Amino acid sequence: MDTANAPTGTVAAEAAIRRDRARTWRIWAVAALLVVTCVLPFVMGDYRVFQFTLAFTYALALLGLNLLIGFNGQFSLGHGAFYAIGAYTAAVMIHQWGIHYGWTLVAAGIVCGVAGFLFGIPALRIQGMYLALATLALALAMPPLLKYKAWEAYTGGVQGIFINKPHAPFGLPLNPDEWLYFLSLGVLLIAVVVAHNLLNGRTGRAMMAIRDNPIAAEAMGINTALYKSLTFGVSALFTGVAGALSCIVVQFVAPDSYSVFLSITLLVGSVVGGLASISGAIYGAFFIQFIPNVADAISKAAPWAIYGLFLIGFMFVMPGGIAGFMNMVWSRLQRQLPLARRRGAEAGHTGRTNSKT
Amino acid sequence: MIKRNATVLFLLLAGLLVLGLAGCEKKTPGVTKTEIKIGHINPYSGPASAYGTIGRTEAAYFKMLNEEGGINGRKINFISYDDGYSPPKTVEQARKLVEQDNVLLIFQSLGTPTNSAIWQYMNDKKVPQLFVATGASKWNDPQGHPWTMGWQPNYQTEAKIYARYVVQNIPGAKIGILYQNDDYGKDYLTGFKAGLEANIASAGLSGDKAPKIVMEQSYEVSEPTIDSEVVNLKNSGANVLVNITTPKFAAQAVKKVADLGWHPTQFLNNVSISIDSVMKPAGLDASNGIISTAYLKDPDDAEWKDDASIAKWREFMQKYYPDGSLHSGNNVFGYTVAQTLVQVLKQAGDNLTRENVMKEAANLKDFEVSTLLPGIKINTSPTDFAPIEQMQLQKFDGKKGAWVRFGEVLGAN
Amino acid sequence: MEIFLQQVMTGLANGGIYASLALALVMIYHSTNHLNFAQGEMAMFSTYIAWTLINAGLPYWVAFVITLAVSFAGGVVIERVVVRPFEDAPVLNAVIVFIGLLVIFNSLAGWIWTYDIKQFPTPFGDHPVQLGNIFFRAHDFGAIGVTLFVLLVLWAFFRFTPLGLAMRASAENPVSARLVGIRVGWMLALGWGLAALIGAVAGMMVAPVLFLDPSLMSGVLIYSFAAALFGGISSPGGSVFGGFFVGVAEVLSGTYVPFIGNDLKLIVALIIIIGVLLVRPSGLFGKVSVSRV
Repeated sequence: MDTANAPTGTVAAEAAIRRDRARTWRIWAVAALLVVTCVLPFVMGDYRVFQFTLAFTYALALLGLNLLIGFNGQFSLGHGAFYAIGAYTAAVMIHQWGIHYGWTLVAAGIVCGVAGFLFGIPALRIQGMYLALATLALALAMPPLLKYKAWEAYTGGVQGIFINKPHAPFGLPLNPDEWLYFLSLGVLLIAVVVAHNLLNGRTGRAMMAIRDNPIAAEAMGINTALYKSLTFGVSALFTGVAGALSCIVVQFVAPDSYSVFLSITLLVGSVVGGLASISGAIYGAFFIQFIPNVADAISKAAPWAIYGLFLIGFMFVMPGGIAGFMNMVWSRLQRQLPLARRRGAEAGHTGRTNSKT
Repeated sequence: MIKRNATVLFLLLAGLLVLGLAGCEKKTPGVTKTEIKIGHINPYSGPASAYGTIGRTEAAYFKMLNEEGGINGRKINFISYDDGYSPPKTVEQARKLVEQDNVLLIFQSLGTPTNSAIWQYMNDKKVPQLFVATGASKWNDPQGHPWTMGWQPNYQTEAKIYARYVVQNIPGAKIGILYQNDDYGKDYLTGFKAGLEANIASAGLSGDKAPKIVMEQSYEVSEPTIDSEVVNLKNSGANVLVNITTPKFAAQAVKKVADLGWHPTQFLNNVSISIDSVMKPAGLDASNGIISTAYLKDPDDAEWKDDASIAKWREFMQKYYPDGSLHSGNNVFGYTVAQTLVQVLKQAGDNLTRENVMKEAANLKDFEVSTLLPGIKINTSPTDFAPIEQMQLQKFDGKKGAWVRFGEVLGAN
Repeated sequence: MEIFLQQVMTGLANGGIYASLALALVMIYHSTNHLNFAQGEMAMFSTYIAWTLINAGLPYWVAFVITLAVSFAGGVVIERVVVRPFEDAPVLNAVIVFIGLLVIFNSLAGWIWTYDIKQFPTPFGDHPVQLGNIFFRAHDFGAIGVTLFVLLVLWAFFRFTPLGLAMRASAENPVSARLVGIRVGWMLALGWGLAALIGAVAGMMVAPVLFLDPSLMSGVLIYSFAAALFGGISSPGGSVFGGFFVGVAEVLSGTYVPFIGNDLKLIVALIIIIGVLLVRPSGLFGKVSVSRV
């Protein structure tokens, strides 16, 4: 058989070639995107840089929430609480004990990871809507807990805590806004890589198996209880670090910033961005950061009515979230890709795909 | 697998880049020969959206001013953004106003936590944070924060006035306090306690003759009802009730007190003295005898029925803000504070730099606005960043359906 | 003892408020298997419609009936136009749509009627009633009575009428229901209409006490949600019980648990709820659904 020619004859092989070419395109595109993202802060005004930085912290929080809801099939209406715990951990550490903000990110992650894991244990018993209620209870409890008299000295009570703006370390030629932009971007990228590896490995497959068919998963020997609690923990960890980052970026924490509304906003971002998708977290973050401003620009009288219309519209046009929509667009584009340019390239490709024969 | 449609995302980012660049021009801050840009942040949505009407009144006032020719030939470009009473959003909007819209100053940003979030930023950037819409006492800090100034009488001053009244008029009072568990409520509470101590000491009272706080009950804004807190307060045996509540909860509280057959001497904070929004829903009989303070004229007060300034205000509302309520004290508030800003800008003349505007804001001498109560004047100086420090006590007459002022106009002490 | 009784009365009155909205949530769940987060805002909007009618001079009961009719129609229209396209979509998509409806209704109400609070009349008399040393409002009894009446009607409807059966069938198993000849689409619309109607009743009972403003139901919704799930979402009676329980528990823990005091009474109520859910994960009176593997 002529290995160089045989694959082009079958549909499956054509699709395989297109996927390979698409992957090359994708890698180049991602690289280009990263370059643009790194250049942006130097051409945008500081205010836009600030907005983008906030969007990155939301993306990190949504990544956590997505792990739980999209990849593991559990539910949470209370991730705002973990965000708050992370933010306050950072604020108290910086304000009370003068600890460097870099360490607070680690601390917030650990604290929230443990808290999430512990919450995940009783959550095993409760399913679906009832879990929604339990997590909602957690979100509701946050503002009063943060204001509580007994630890007012640490949390600053209703007045909140104010943090000074960190400057770029090692004398880098960045202003504080640009430094925070790159810090948040860096943390987000690390989280994306971690999440990607997690999801592509055994843990990820176990998580998704639990989501798709918990009984079969259990039957196959997956310790569902452990994985579900672990997922809760990891999810809370990501969101907690996001909270700590947001505290550093906004420079202010106050109990009423972390109301139920925040938890609902995170859920909205997760679903609109696209569940079960890492890029969905990023799309969703930009949605919840920028669409309210767009709605405000459209109507001063009833901006949230416009926002509600956006929500319904997005769900109608993109039932798989923005990520789902993008995937559909991408696969359509992929089908238009030409099959081969030169015989040499094709041979190289087919040599790889036919390595098993 | 990471699936990213990089091309589309790239295009999206490119679009945002253009947007970002568009706002990048550096101009003289907010002022041209024909225009002054004033920034403003208000909660048009969220838990404090009831106060959004203040921003709308102010916008309407500036519209009227522009139609009458503006100030020194310049029109006011009033740029107002919604922060939903969320401090992170306030930070975002403040940065947008300062860095993208290049406003001259930010006027009447509303709320204590929200203003706290941008306090440092405004002072670092040296942009006036003028006449903030909150009565927290911390804004009067010309040394530490020379770019921030309040406007309304601060909550602690008001609470001290009530404390003094109790000490002077109700010997051995047992005091119950109902307060909202947030910055505003706690500020009043602190002021009341401090005022109580100070007045008891100066009156030389002790033992049974000295008024005591027998119970404090707080509530969260997210609670549907505060009935149980009122019941607890009644059961504490208090004969004085200090009501530190926002309008909706004030109405609920006053009504519940009456429904329980309890008749303490009630004090109500100035934030909730609207006859239409609080006293009427609570019941005119139930509200009889409640003591509060005032510095603005209430549009429903029978005393001002034929008053020229209120008539003028009504005309203004009907022409420029017809959707606004003619019964809302908030709308008189907005109207009055807008006039204060206009005075500052007039005093600055053509020298409209941020430094000079701040200097003139600290240079208001006996400035009167006709919708303020007679005798109340606005005064500021480089060491006094509290424009209004006077209030007058008033008692609600249920039969007349009006607040009756008594005593003289009290100053800060 | 008196203090205790007075607080229990207060708790029951509060609980009645939570229970009334919880019934609307149960209605929507029973007929569509969805929890409509916008139920509270829809109830608030209906109450504003009633307020407008009463302010225009109509007598209370006329306005009441017209509001019920308008709310019913509105509920049906919303289901057909907004919710229908998402019938086959994942549950979470529908949740986002409900959140969208929530913000739309809230924002529209604020825009049309402003945010100043308004009085709403009660048909049960506004004066306080005194029994010994316990004080309560005549309205509280009336409202609780109305809630129980609605509960009775609801229960009877689902249990004894063919229409109720059809609705339950449509929610539980739409495919089989269609095979049996039930017009599932219209059952869902009917469910929404009825839920909107019950919500309107709840709003009109609640507004005289809490006063009418766009945030009328925002606090109540969460408590009603907790109450409904606590009692078991599949049981109307359970949800009403849940409402009263949450009301009383919250009030009593605020009064009697001194070190927690008033600040954390919400947390105590929530801990109780979660505690119960751990023991009975489908709610106190809920049906435990067994799924065959």
